[in-house]
Amino acid sequence: MSYFLRKLGFYAVALWAALTLNFAIPRLLPGDPVDILLAKLQQRGGTVSPETREAYALLLGGDDTGPLWSQYLDYLKNLARGDLGVSVSYYPAKVSDVILSSLPWTVVLVGVATVLAALLGVLLGAVVGWRPGTWLDSLVPATTLLAAIPYFWLALILTYLLARVLGWLPLQGGYDVALTPGWNTPFILSAVRYATLPALTIVLASVGGWLLGMRNMMVSTLSEDYVLTAEAKGLSPRKIRRSYAARNAVLPSVAGFAISLGFVVSGSVITEQVFSYPGIGGRLLGAVTNNDYALMQGVFLFITLAVLGANLIVDLLYGLIDPRTRARH
Amino acid sequence: MTNLTPASAPTVADAADTLTPTTGPTGRPARAGWRMLLPSMTPWLALGLVLVVGITLFGIIAVYLVGDPKQIRDQGLTPPSAQFLLGTTQTGQDVLAQLAHATRGSLQIGVLVGILTTALSAFFGIYGAYRGGIVDEAFSLLSNVFLVIPGLPLVIVISGFVPRESRGVWTIVVVLALTSWAASARVLRAQTLSVRNRDYVAASKVAGEKPWRVIVVEILPNLLPVIASQFVFAVIAAILGEAGLAFIGLGASNSATLGTMLFYAQNGYALSLGAWWWFVPPGLIIALFGMGLSLVNFSIDEIINPKLRNLRRHRRRARQVARTQRGPARRRTDAPGAGSPGANLSEESPR
Repeated sequence: MSYFLRKLGFYAVALWAALTLNFAIPRLLPGDPVDILLAKLQQRGGTVSPETREAYALLLGGDDTGPLWSQYLDYLKNLARGDLGVSVSYYPAKVSDVILSSLPWTVVLVGVATVLAALLGVLLGAVVGWRPGTWLDSLVPATTLLAAIPYFWLALILTYLLARVLGWLPLQGGYDVALTPGWNTPFILSAVRYATLPALTIVLASVGGWLLGMRNMMVSTLSEDYVLTAEAKGLSPRKIRRSYAARNAVLPSVAGFAISLGFVVSGSVITEQVFSYPGIGGRLLGAVTNNDYALMQGVFLFITLAVLGANLIVDLLYGLIDPRTRARH
Repeated sequence: MTNLTPASAPTVADAADTLTPTTGPTGRPARAGWRMLLPSMTPWLALGLVLVVGITLFGIIAVYLVGDPKQIRDQGLTPPSAQFLLGTTQTGQDVLAQLAHATRGSLQIGVLVGILTTALSAFFGIYGAYRGGIVDEAFSLLSNVFLVIPGLPLVIVISGFVPRESRGVWTIVVVLALTSWAASARVLRAQTLSVRNRDYVAASKVAGEKPWRVIVVEILPNLLPVIASQFVFAVIAAILGEAGLAFIGLGASNSATLGTMLFYAQNGYALSLGAWWWFVPPGLIIALFGMGLSLVNFSIDEIINPKLRNLRRHRRRARQVARTQRGPARRRTDAPGAGSPGANLSEESPR
């Protein structure tokens, strides 16, 4: 039980650190975000009341209405109420609404692509690692090329080949704009069609890492005594591979899944930019180019929250899967 | 990277040529002593070294051979030709010249971030674990927190707040280093914990050595292969990270890197105009350089994890047995005694 409490405690600290970072960054860095933001707001036809100014100042600093600690407390209070301010680039929409409307796109795209990549990589890695020394195994270093390719460049290349030269898939966007978003068949089909290319990019770029990790673990597992014992017992190679070697070798990949999620979300931020995908990464970059600091911070908090949550879940699950992690602490 | 200053100015191909013979020693006697710390040569390592050295030389030397990368001509978007080996951009700028300058810029940032990241992770990982107690707990918590906070969004937010004018190369370097040291620090901490309790470390402590000396002389040498491998990965990650930032327009102002090249290519509609010669080379350089470094890392891995090396030897022996059984007709240079580590170039030879 103390293992789970410890984990919960750690993620509480991590969450607090992220919130504080979010509070500190605009105050530590040069520039005057509040003024830029308010100027933008006026351009968009918003009225700048003293309250608006104060709300932004609380989020971004630059206002000396009170001591820093009271600003900090007010900032945390606002966050607890889910108040992230008003987006300038989508004025008068609230930041939280903008995020919520773009969230499903990213969650589905990144989620499906990551799970696919992990499954594919782990399965292939188990096969390759089971027989070290075959021709398959000597191909393993080639996967480093895949891992070293920049996400967005792979996206560019695939777009060029599949969308522009061959014309199989749409160039960019999240769905056919002629259709109305909703739970109807044509719209979902079009969304799937538009998501194929970004998903393919993410899978291709990340499958190599999974394969390599699983293969290396598989190779080290093969020299374990229990594998030798299983062989001595006369079990079939298939059973040894599945129930003895792969089961133990997959553990670090499960732990890696949580950590990789952060990387995948990061990578997909830029991938979404290439495809003009209406996900949360596109919103983040749009916010950056438009100096929409409130939205920028909101998206960062949301991504952090999601990654922390996913990590927590995986950590807790890992404690269940592998009792050794609980015992050690 | 500046310590590589060859007298002549060879091209990439020359560099590859001069490198290859030195990378293929066969039949050396078994190595002993400190040479065990050097990776044994395999075709993959040779390929990795050729890629890394070739691209590094390209970044250092080609800058002086190409023309002005910013010169605008009236021959926009010409495909590769004899005049412009890699064609021109939309405004008629020479892509090859841009590529040379961009490669240099990317490599500089990669190496700077690599050094900074390695220093940070070594400090938080080794020093914390060595001191133990509350310092260790605090450092370990810090690195774990930094590990779970997603790096790129954080980098984007920080870069977004810094006004464009004051966003120099060093800003980008520091930001990238600050967000990427955590994973390495965690590994180093684990390694240090295991080294710290060995007898000779305890002995030198008892002998009254100062903490920094114990760390540098007794502990650090054990961790060098790990740190080397981490440095290599940090360089790859930094080049990729900078390219990503620059691609979305958040790179250092006034800098020319492979990422900014891709940024201009994307914004110049290279994709929809079909100008593949504009956006393919920068990414290819990144990918090949990253691949080269990873391949070098594979060899470093074998030092860290001797299991992998033993495995390779077993594999080679098994293959030799199979080959001798098949008959000596297709036998290559490896004589029966060629079980030494130096002979493993034949290991991956065509079957």
